[in-house]
Amino acid sequence: MLEESETAAAVEVRPTAEGTRRRRGRVEALLLSSWRRPFLAMALLIIVVVSVMAIVPQLFTDIDPRDCDLSLSRLGPSPGHPFGFDMQGCDYFSNVVYGARTSMLVGVLVAGLTFVIALVAGSLAGYYGGLIDTVISRAADIVLGVPVMIASLVILYQFKSRGVGTIVFVLVLFTWAGTMRYLRGTVLQVKQLEYVQAARILGVGRLRILSRHVLPNAITPLIVMSTLSVGAGMTAEAGFSILGVGIKLPAFSWGLQIAAASSDGNWQIAPLLMLFPALMLALTTLAFVVLGENLRDALDPRSS
Amino acid sequence: MTTPLLLLDDVHQTYRPKGSIFSRGPAGLVQAVSGVTLDINAGETLGVVGESGCGKSTLARMIVGIEDPKQGAVRWKGTDVSTLKGTERKAFHRSIQLIFQDPFASLDPRRTVGQSIAEGVLAHDLVAADAVGDRVQQLLRQVGLLPVHAWRYPHEFSGGQLQRVGIAQALGVEPEVLVCDEPVSALDVSVRAQVLNLLNQLKTELGLAIVFIAHDLDVVQHMSDRIVTMYLGKIVEQGPCDAVYESAGHPYTRALLSAIPKKPAPGYRIDRVVLEGDPPSPINPPAGCPFHTRCYAAIEMCSTVVPKAADLGDGHRATCHLAEEVSRSRVGQPYSVV
Repeated sequence: MLEESETAAAVEVRPTAEGTRRRRGRVEALLLSSWRRPFLAMALLIIVVVSVMAIVPQLFTDIDPRDCDLSLSRLGPSPGHPFGFDMQGCDYFSNVVYGARTSMLVGVLVAGLTFVIALVAGSLAGYYGGLIDTVISRAADIVLGVPVMIASLVILYQFKSRGVGTIVFVLVLFTWAGTMRYLRGTVLQVKQLEYVQAARILGVGRLRILSRHVLPNAITPLIVMSTLSVGAGMTAEAGFSILGVGIKLPAFSWGLQIAAASSDGNWQIAPLLMLFPALMLALTTLAFVVLGENLRDALDPRSS
Repeated sequence: MTTPLLLLDDVHQTYRPKGSIFSRGPAGLVQAVSGVTLDINAGETLGVVGESGCGKSTLARMIVGIEDPKQGAVRWKGTDVSTLKGTERKAFHRSIQLIFQDPFASLDPRRTVGQSIAEGVLAHDLVAADAVGDRVQQLLRQVGLLPVHAWRYPHEFSGGQLQRVGIAQALGVEPEVLVCDEPVSALDVSVRAQVLNLLNQLKTELGLAIVFIAHDLDVVQHMSDRIVTMYLGKIVEQGPCDAVYESAGHPYTRALLSAIPKKPAPGYRIDRVVLEGDPPSPINPPAGCPFHTRCYAAIEMCSTVVPKAADLGDGHRATCHLAEEVSRSRVGQPYSVV
């Protein structure tokens, strides 16, 4: 019967360790093994570089992005100015570097807030059911029934000054519902599994079952979705800027730069003005997608 | 007669068929268990057999208390459990534990086996916090596993080993009754006997009462002191193991006996009956005897008159109009042709 024949000796006892330690172990293992996965390694590198760029842009450039000279307008790359100059004659490299903060902030805040709201609302709705579920699910249905792009435009149009907070608010308003539903679905699925019933029969309390058994087994898709939605948030921010309802000048953002480059056909005269911010946005979004995909594989308890 | 450990007193359980928000489900109620009276005594093994959908699992869920009967009472050592409150209720739930059919599904894949076993022990504060580890080791040894297994995850085990883990988990809360819901049907035949022997051994060592639920009589025969046959939410026959095997008084039990894949010894033969069709809908059970639609021995009155339990002696009762004749017949039993 016993296929293994280990000795019982020299075994330290720690059977009450938290289940989450295992998940953390898997993420650590994933990060450590990234040198064997070139795509993941590149994605992590991009995310780290862009994050540092967002936090301390001064590390990458000592040129003030607002120090402009109209006579340099749309000049191409030159020594000391690798990305050239924009329409206003400002150094484009420092502009792009400073734009990282807005994009990252929008992406991370949207993903983080959506994660928290979906986690709380989704587990309440799925686990407790009844009236709570009805209220939360119908609210989500209403949100999901709204045409997101048009509604976002209408809402954003109402704000006189639009900052990161405004964009994040509108994006979270329309993304929480789908994510919540997803988590609610997995919670419902896990809730009726036998090991949850087994815990109930053993006399484990409801909240403990939720936190120990249901959520750890239901949260993986949520983590993956949230990672993916960082990129989606960044792209949406840029999209709003292009449509003219994004963050207002004189803020720096890749979206604003793409919008400026695309207006009046500027990019046909100076295509690099379009290329650099779009490339940064695409690479960062892609990096989060790659990270999300790898997380999904790594967090499966049967992969080892 | 002493008070039984656990007594189900005319329990009923019904479910409403699920509809959607906009349409009600089919009218009527699913009568999963209707009018079951059953006693479980300390230290005995009670076998419950019946085909899928006959209410065995619902019965198990009511015994362990994750479902309350819609009607009737569950008495624990003479006390109606619906009157129990707080710590008393918690102690009652602790006393009855369930072993699931599929051990792969009944253990949390994200927690080590040690964590799973420790959970019940911790939930009831049965040992001091620093002694939990020792208790887990002890439980693992008790079910024939090694202490190192505590750090493994369920996917690293075989089905038989996992079922042992499930048993260790249940034993952790020191129950008096172990309800086993088809504990070996998901296991390889080669490890079935080991798990069954373990259950028998634990029963003797710990004085456990075991409710052993299965869909085939063969497994139950080797385990049980008493046997209960269920059909369509009702008990159709119950009695001591040997009596039910040798002189089954209900045609349904006879059909189950016939279904045991067994080659008769030379010079013997077995007359088998094979049940046709599916059991009737539990939403709308047939009038008269619920089994008459598939019964090989049915007579006219079976479709109109509900049979009463006929006493065949020694606590052996069969709910059939023809119980006497059926119990004297030899359907499903080997008999000599020499």
